[in-house]
Amino acid sequence: MGRMSFVGRRLLQLVPVAVGVTIVVFFMIHLIPGDPALTILGIHATPQSIHELRQEWGLNRPLISQYWFFLDRLAHGNLGKSLIYGTPAATLIMQRLPPTLWLIVYAAVIAILISVPLAMIAATKKDGIRDQLVRAVPLLGLGMPTFWVGFLLLTLFGVTLRWFPVGGYGTGFFGHLHAMFLPALTVAIALAPVVIRSLRASMLSVLGADYITTARSKGVPGMRLFVRHVLRNAVIPAITVLGINIGFLIGGTVIIENVFSIPGIGELMINSIFQRDFPVVQGVTLVFAIMVVLVNLLADMTYASLDPRVSFDR
Amino acid sequence: MIDPVAGGQFIAPGGVTVELDRPPDRSAQPRRANWYRQPALVAGLTITVIIIGLAVFAPLITPYNPIAQNLNDTLQGPSAAHWLGTDELGRDIWTRLLYGGRVDLRVGFIAVLFPFCLGTILGSLAGYFGGWAELVIMRLVDVVVAFPFYVLVIALVFVLGPGERSIYIAITAVGWVSYARLVRAEILVAKRQEYVLAAQAGGLSNLRIMGRHLLPNVISQSIIYAMSDIVQDILAIVTLGYFGLGIPPPTAEWGSMINEGQEFLTTHWELTTIPGLAVVIVGLGLSLIGDGLADLLRPGQS
Repeated sequence: MGRMSFVGRRLLQLVPVAVGVTIVVFFMIHLIPGDPALTILGIHATPQSIHELRQEWGLNRPLISQYWFFLDRLAHGNLGKSLIYGTPAATLIMQRLPPTLWLIVYAAVIAILISVPLAMIAATKKDGIRDQLVRAVPLLGLGMPTFWVGFLLLTLFGVTLRWFPVGGYGTGFFGHLHAMFLPALTVAIALAPVVIRSLRASMLSVLGADYITTARSKGVPGMRLFVRHVLRNAVIPAITVLGINIGFLIGGTVIIENVFSIPGIGELMINSIFQRDFPVVQGVTLVFAIMVVLVNLLADMTYASLDPRVSFDR
Repeated sequence: MIDPVAGGQFIAPGGVTVELDRPPDRSAQPRRANWYRQPALVAGLTITVIIIGLAVFAPLITPYNPIAQNLNDTLQGPSAAHWLGTDELGRDIWTRLLYGGRVDLRVGFIAVLFPFCLGTILGSLAGYFGGWAELVIMRLVDVVVAFPFYVLVIALVFVLGPGERSIYIAITAVGWVSYARLVRAEILVAKRQEYVLAAQAGGLSNLRIMGRHLLPNVISQSIIYAMSDIVQDILAIVTLGYFGLGIPPPTAEWGSMINEGQEFLTTHWELTTIPGLAVVIVGLGLSLIGDGLADLLRPGQS
């Protein structure tokens, strides 16, 4: 099967996922028994506001047409109005998006910078002392609460040593780079054990391949062999691992934005939860899901275009 | 989506890579090691049993009440009376740590059961029957994995209201997908094995083949994965506690302990550090059990 039709099929697969995601987000509010308008408004409920919300969301109609109404609003980029600020939720989210994207990319870069050397160290001397040490990293790392690691780094490097600010987003490119280092590092520490594990496994399988044996027998020096032959073939799995774990990465940023008070959509989500601002929580949930779906799509495309052996039959 | 099982590796969301079973090679019967000869398993079991013991026997170990305040003795350092000192309300930290373990471990262990069962059942149906069952179940999986784990769990607990019941519902709704994918992938391989074909030819019912023949052969992967899943669930409970969405105060719980210590980070960093360390140690114990089980149940792979 050809490459183009793979892309087509992959895009086609997005349709049921997109429909499913909107259904989940739409039905979130209907999980609670009772009048959705009252549930949504909660402490903000007045007879007038209930009436307005019913009109705005079409809550008087049957469920299926409410869902249509919801989709129609989505198609126009309308995520509803914030109950606290009165501004459209979409506007709030767009304003808060840049810090979150920054944090995600920054954390991914740091995670790769930590994981690739460690995985290399482990894979070159399998079962040696260094390999054993690297393999112990996930045992400890996977059990660490992300926000707790954030507190520890914050206390040590922010409060005690004063190397980094204790919160905020910074200004300008280098300002962001500086202010977001600790949060990005925290997320990367959560992600690294996962990436190290998969990278080590894939490097080991590459090292056992015939073309490596051939290159060795030709006398290709160790370092060059590693960079030219092993690393290149291990990068693809690294991309896939990052793509698959984008949900994990995003989950980490939601938590860490709150620890370091970064004005991103993760902080917006938690603040809106405290203020019971339902439309914003709903909107952020949807935006996060869209991010995951897009990144997975991108990862699959990259994977397919980098590796000619990828099978398109599915 | 590219098949997550390509290359014999399954990468679960939340980040655990699991090697899938090769079809069992009957001619070379692997030497099955005794469980007590697996250092990782023994170490993990030791850690976990000690921690569970401390939590279960908390009332015998410590004389204090985990929620009784003593405003004359706030923020004390470690002493003979208070081994780890006291918190901002004068409560003994060692006591709260032990009682917190009762809550976090109990909820973590129970929370893993529901997704384990639901995912195993749906995964077996999808893998064994294929067709419409598989299509519907796997599209459901696609939808759930489109949401980041923490985002969906936090959103669901928010909608359902804080508390233990909401935690179970949220974790089940999100967590079953990993088991479903694992079990489906295993069954796809196993159902072509001769023993299954023989059972089918013998006219056994599908239910019996799945329950008595397939499941016992494919379940080990899920059990190994469940060990790291408990760690993930405890982390989720602790994180919800940090956001004030978990077990409501004043119940001692590690996440809310970290949260309450946050205010005193500059002067009393141990208030946040100690409960976090408890989570790390539990995670270490369970991960070691998972690794040990993996070595025990799938000899010859590392």
